[in-house]
Amino acid sequence: MSNSPKTLFDKVWDSHVVRQITDGPDVFFIDRHFIHEVTSPVAFLGLEQRGISVLFPEKTFATADHNTPTINQHLPVEDPLSANQLLQLEKNTAKYGISHWGLGNPKNGIVHVVGPENGITLPGMTIVCGDSHTSTHGAFGAIAFGIGTSEVEMVLSSQCIMQPKPMKMRINVNGALGKGVTPKDVALYIISKLTTSGATGYFVEYAGDVFRNMSMEGRMTVCNLSIEMGARGGMIAPDQTTFDYIEGRELAPKGAEWDRQLAYWKTLFTEEGAEFDQEINFSAADIEPMITYGTNPGMGMGISRNIPKAGDVEGGVATYEKSLEYMGFAENDSMIGKKVDYVFIGSCTNGRIEDFRAFASIVKGRKKAEHVTAWVVPGSHIVEAQIREEGIYDILTEAGFALRQPGCSACLAMNDDKIPAGKYAVSTSNRNFEGRQGPGSRTLLASPLVAAAAAITGVVTDPRTFL
Amino acid sequence: MAYDSFSILKSSAVPMPIENVDTDQIIPARFLKATERKGFGDNLFRDWRYDKNDQPKADFVLNNPTYSGKILVGGKNFGSGSSREHAAWAIYDYGFRCVVSSFFADIFRGNAINVGILPVQVSPEFLHQIFEAIEKDPTTELEVNLPDQTISILATGATESFAINGYKKHNLLNGFDDIDYLQAMKDEIKAFSVNR
Repeated sequence: MSNSPKTLFDKVWDSHVVRQITDGPDVFFIDRHFIHEVTSPVAFLGLEQRGISVLFPEKTFATADHNTPTINQHLPVEDPLSANQLLQLEKNTAKYGISHWGLGNPKNGIVHVVGPENGITLPGMTIVCGDSHTSTHGAFGAIAFGIGTSEVEMVLSSQCIMQPKPMKMRINVNGALGKGVTPKDVALYIISKLTTSGATGYFVEYAGDVFRNMSMEGRMTVCNLSIEMGARGGMIAPDQTTFDYIEGRELAPKGAEWDRQLAYWKTLFTEEGAEFDQEINFSAADIEPMITYGTNPGMGMGISRNIPKAGDVEGGVATYEKSLEYMGFAENDSMIGKKVDYVFIGSCTNGRIEDFRAFASIVKGRKKAEHVTAWVVPGSHIVEAQIREEGIYDILTEAGFALRQPGCSACLAMNDDKIPAGKYAVSTSNRNFEGRQGPGSRTLLASPLVAAAAAITGVVTDPRTFL
Repeated sequence: MAYDSFSILKSSAVPMPIENVDTDQIIPARFLKATERKGFGDNLFRDWRYDKNDQPKADFVLNNPTYSGKILVGGKNFGSGSSREHAAWAIYDYGFRCVVSSFFADIFRGNAINVGILPVQVSPEFLHQIFEAIEKDPTTELEVNLPDQTISILATGATESFAINGYKKHNLLNGFDDIDYLQAMKDEIKAFSVNR
C-alpha cells in the first residue's frame, strides 16, 4: 500500500476487507452485529431453509425495541403479531446462543442507545444492524451503517457482507454554537443544506470545533442523522471524550485489554493531507434552533424563518407542494405560533440522558400546556434510571409530564404510540415522512429544547425565549 | 437460489413521478410485523393506495387500470429512509421486477438487488422521456436488457445504458445470491477473524 496520508474511514474500512472482488463489492468483515425483533425473523428463517448456522454468535447482540409497548411492559404484549415477533427473537437467539436483552431485561432499550451505554460499541469497529440509524455508532470512530434483512442473514451465517466502498466526504463545522443550539440543530441544519440525497454514495466524517467540543451523546445524535442526507454513515474520530465515555462501562475492555485497545484507538484519526472526494464547510454561527416544515428531514429551517417558496428550493415543485399540502402549511408561513397537539421526546436520535436534561431545563418550574399530549420515552432502562437519579423525574412530574418505558415508540409508531391523523407533533425523532408517526400524522422534527418549549406553550416557540 | 434470474424484461410500466419516495410510503411500519416474507404486496404504498376506511383511492396510480406492468418508474431519490427490506419485498410481491429512477437511495438499491429486483438508474433527461412516453401511451413498453445493460423505450427507440457491477450482474443473471458466495469462503473468513 502507498504511504499517502489516510483518512479515519480508510483505516477502519481497509482493515476489514477479507477479499476484494474484481468489478464487484468488498467482502467486508463485521465486528459487531445488533439485531432486533422486526428485521431479523426472516433472516433466521433463511438460515433454517438453507440448513446453515450462525458463525460467531458472540459477535451478535439482540434487543427488543421497535415493536414494544412503552407502558405496562410487565404485562403480556397485547398485539398478537407484535408478541409473536418478540417471541421469535427470544427463540431464535436462544437457539443459536446469542445475547438477548428482551423486555424486562435491565439492559433492554433502543438498540442504538444500549450498544454504546453497555460498552460494546467501540472505536475502529465495523458495526451493522437491520436499521438505518445504525450510523449512530459512528460517533465512536466506528464504521456503522444500516443493512437489509438479506444482509442480516449474511452476517449471521458468515460475519461478512458484500459492500462496495463508498466515497468519502468530510463536513467541517467550526466556531462556537449559539444559545439554544444543540447537536440536533447542527444535524438538521446540515441536512437542510445538503438535502435528503446530498450525501448518497458517501461515508461522512464530521470534523471541526463543534464536534470536538461535543459530548458523546451529542455526537451520537449527529451521526444518527447521517442517513437522513442519504449518507451510508457518519463518523467522528475518537478522542479523550470518547475514551472517558467508554471506560468502566460494563462490557467495555478492562485492564491490559483496555490498554491494548486504547493504544489502537489513538491511531484512529484522519492524517494531515488525506484526501476526500468532497469536503464541505459550515460556520457554527450560522446555525439557529431548527424545525422542519415538510415531509422529509431536508425540509428544515431556522425556527425564526418563514417556509421557503417552492421556486427557491431544489427539487420538483409538484413534490414540494404535495408535501406542504399534507402538512397543512403554506409557502412563506412562519412556524412560530403554529399550534402543537403532541410532543414526543425520545428515540435513538434524542433518547439519551443529555436530551432529558435539556428538556427538563425548560420545563422546570413550568406547566405543560393543557391541550398538548406529551410522550416522554427514555431510550433505555439505564437512561430511565439516570432520569430518576438526577431528579429529572420529579421535575417532569411537577410540570405535568409522565415518564414512559423505553422503546422506539412514536418515532415509527409500530406500537400503540401513534399520532392521530391530522394532528401536529413536535418530535425529537428522525423522520417526518407522511404517516411516519401514525397514518395521517404531521411531524415537526426538532431538538429537545424546541420540544420542551412547544410542550409548555402549546405552540411552536423559539426555545431561546426560555434560556 | 433466492429468486428468479433476470435477463431481458419487456413490459409496460407504472409511472410515479414523485421525488423522495421513502420506504415508509412503500410499506408503512405498522405492516412490518410478519415473521415470514409473505403478503407484503397487499400493503405496497398502503396509505397512498387506500383511504382510512381501506377503500382504494381512485387517483392513485396503482388503482388506475390504465397502468400496469412489471416495471415501476419513480422520481429522483427513490427508496430513501428506513433500511427495511420489506419495501423491496412489497415491490417484488406486488409483481414488479425492475424499478427505474434517476437516483436511488443506497440501502434500497442494495436491498432491491438482494431480492431480485433490478434497480435501473437513468439520466434525469431519459427519465423525463419515459414519463412522457407513458403519458402519451400508457401501454408503451420498455425493454430492460441486463446482459447489454441497456434500457429502451420501444415506441421511440430511445435507448440508454445503465451501470451495474460485474459481480451483481452475474448473480442476477443466474439467480445466485451473496450467501451462496459467502458460504463458499467460510474458511477464509474464519482465518481472517483470528487476527481481529
